[in-house]
Amino acid sequence: MGQDGKCESIRQTQRSEKAEEIRRVCREVRKNVVAMIGAAGSGHPGGSLSCVEIVSTLYFGVMRVNPEDPNWPDRDRFILSKGHAAPTLYAVLAEKGFFPKELLPTLRKFGSPLQGHPDAKKTPGVEVSTGSLGQGLSMAVGMALAGKLDRRGYRVWALLGDGECQEGQVWEAAMAASHYKLDNLAAFIDFNGLQIDGRVEEIMNPSPLADKWRAFGWCVLEVDGHDVDALLEAASCASESRGAPTAIIAKTVKGKGVSFMEGQREWHGKAPTGEELSRALEEVGRA
Amino acid sequence: MKATREAYGETLVELGRERPEIVVLDADLSSSTMTSKFAKEFPERFFNFGIAEANMMGAAAGLARSGKVPFASTFAVFASGRAYDQVRQSIAYPGFNVKITASHGGLTVGPDGASHQALEDIALMRVIPGMTVIVPADAEETRQVVRWAAAHDGPVYIRLGRSPVPDVFPQGAPIQPGKASIVKDAKGRGFEAMGPAGTRDGLDADVAILANGIMVSKCLEAWEILAAEGITSVVVDVAFVKPLDEKTLLELADRCGAFVTAEEHSVIGGLGGAVTEFLSENRPCPVVRVGVRDKFGQSGTPEELLTEYGLTAEKVAQAARKALSLKRPDLRTRM
Ligand SMILES: Cc1ncc(C[n+]2csc(CCOP(=O)(O)OP(=O)(O)O)c2C)c(N)n1
Ligand SMILES: [Mg+2]
Repeated sequence: MGQDGKCESIRQTQRSEKAEEIRRVCREVRKNVVAMIGAAGSGHPGGSLSCVEIVSTLYFGVMRVNPEDPNWPDRDRFILSKGHAAPTLYAVLAEKGFFPKELLPTLRKFGSPLQGHPDAKKTPGVEVSTGSLGQGLSMAVGMALAGKLDRRGYRVWALLGDGECQEGQVWEAAMAASHYKLDNLAAFIDFNGLQIDGRVEEIMNPSPLADKWRAFGWCVLEVDGHDVDALLEAASCASESRGAPTAIIAKTVKGKGVSFMEGQREWHGKAPTGEELSRALEEVGRA
Repeated sequence: MKATREAYGETLVELGRERPEIVVLDADLSSSTMTSKFAKEFPERFFNFGIAEANMMGAAAGLARSGKVPFASTFAVFASGRAYDQVRQSIAYPGFNVKITASHGGLTVGPDGASHQALEDIALMRVIPGMTVIVPADAEETRQVVRWAAAHDGPVYIRLGRSPVPDVFPQGAPIQPGKASIVKDAKGRGFEAMGPAGTRDGLDADVAILANGIMVSKCLEAWEILAAEGITSVVVDVAFVKPLDEKTLLELADRCGAFVTAEEHSVIGGLGGAVTEFLSENRPCPVVRVGVRDKFGQSGTPEELLTEYGLTAEKVAQAARKALSLKRPDLRTRM
């Protein structure tokens, strides 16, 4: 049962080796994310850096996918509902082997398969096109329903922003997911406390977020979104849930890994240039 | 050079000082739509709804019903798409006095890509009964149409751009919102010489080029290309896609007999759609549309995208040549 607090710790030793590998991936992804956005000259570093551990943990510690066959029917699905974090998804997919890493520096450039926001038609491994916030969870619900219908064992993972939770459609999807008892669905909330215009609680306060998801019939876990072990634990907990979807509220730091971006709202949608870029690259390279 | 969204932000502040009933709504994009300027000066009359466009439009309807004059802003894709039903049902159907001022229209959004590039918004808004739809060409025209909208009673959609655009109109130009503006006549005279009631003899040309938004200045370049080939043209700024300035269209149909339309939008349903619909029922003559040909956008620099999708002066000139070739032979007098 993926009920709050009832999660048991599982196979601790085997886990920490896995976690070590995921942390290595995270360092690589972080470097690539900063370099890509720097090369593009535009993009969203803050929300990309806050979800590096979440996305890397899913692809390298949780999900069954096949980079050789991105549309393998039994694959686990990942929906990046907060599509502006595309650089993180691309860097993880490249690390996993869905496409060559040489493509990463073409982010946002004319003709590149790596569009500013995920484009399912252009990029192998990208399940759906996102960028307009609030729509990803509904698509994840559809995939989870199809999985039940076809009696396939795959799981569906979505990632939403905390600001994104202001969209009404998120709650329509939340209601549908518990109504249909979609225990093959889980949603991570990248709870970094910031959106574009300011702090989430000042712009349009969604709290108490955990209580809201609970009230909508979801199991709720709260974790440190940069702690790979905790994320692995939460994911396995969600995978064992029966009869209800799971929301994992991951406490994160926007801009994580680059000191001058951490917790700063102006780094939501701005690329570092010149001196800033070298400093950022140095900091994520050193980690 | 100035972005139309900047002019909007400044004009809102002026309006806020003049009229206490003006309120401003945004959906977590106030620093991009430039409503942040108003928010700073009038925090009690500014409402940030967070990332919840549908709710924002509904609340704007309620504010309007209560005597306020709401300006609701977000990106054009979200204003016209994400909140379409609220705009139709809650705002336009009861005819509420809401001004939807949408920034980041069209391809010039650039690297964010297709999800953020509104190429259908004018079509979506134009088809709603009672909605006024305006696409200003530059900062000065933006100032004037925003002021016009604030004074007008009824729903209005104004589309603004992200990137700076060249000035088409001099400051204080006597633009008549709702009327098409002749920005260059066949004799090469600009808007100022024409004046609102100016001389019409410069309207006799081989082709009339109608445009709005960023395409107006591209069409002025096309005028030069055509002139070098001995083709005379008139460049007309049609900021009001709805209601159309039908009188001027009929006059141009009689004087030129062939049209080009140019817009940073799908060729379906926008300015090109509006003009062809009107002319085919009233004064049939060739109209060649320059715009995005039934496609989504993509990432790239604004210039790369405008070239890829054929929104250039050269493509406008090419369209003008085609319009001329489609003219009835007996009307091709000046060829
Ligand atoms: C429907 C919609 N409205 C507005 C935007 C513009 N936008 C892009 S990111 C963003 C803020 C997102 O905040 P949050 O969900 O907290 O993401 P994070 O902090 O993880 O970057 C906004 C408003 C959008 N992409 N989609
Ligand atoms: Mg956030």
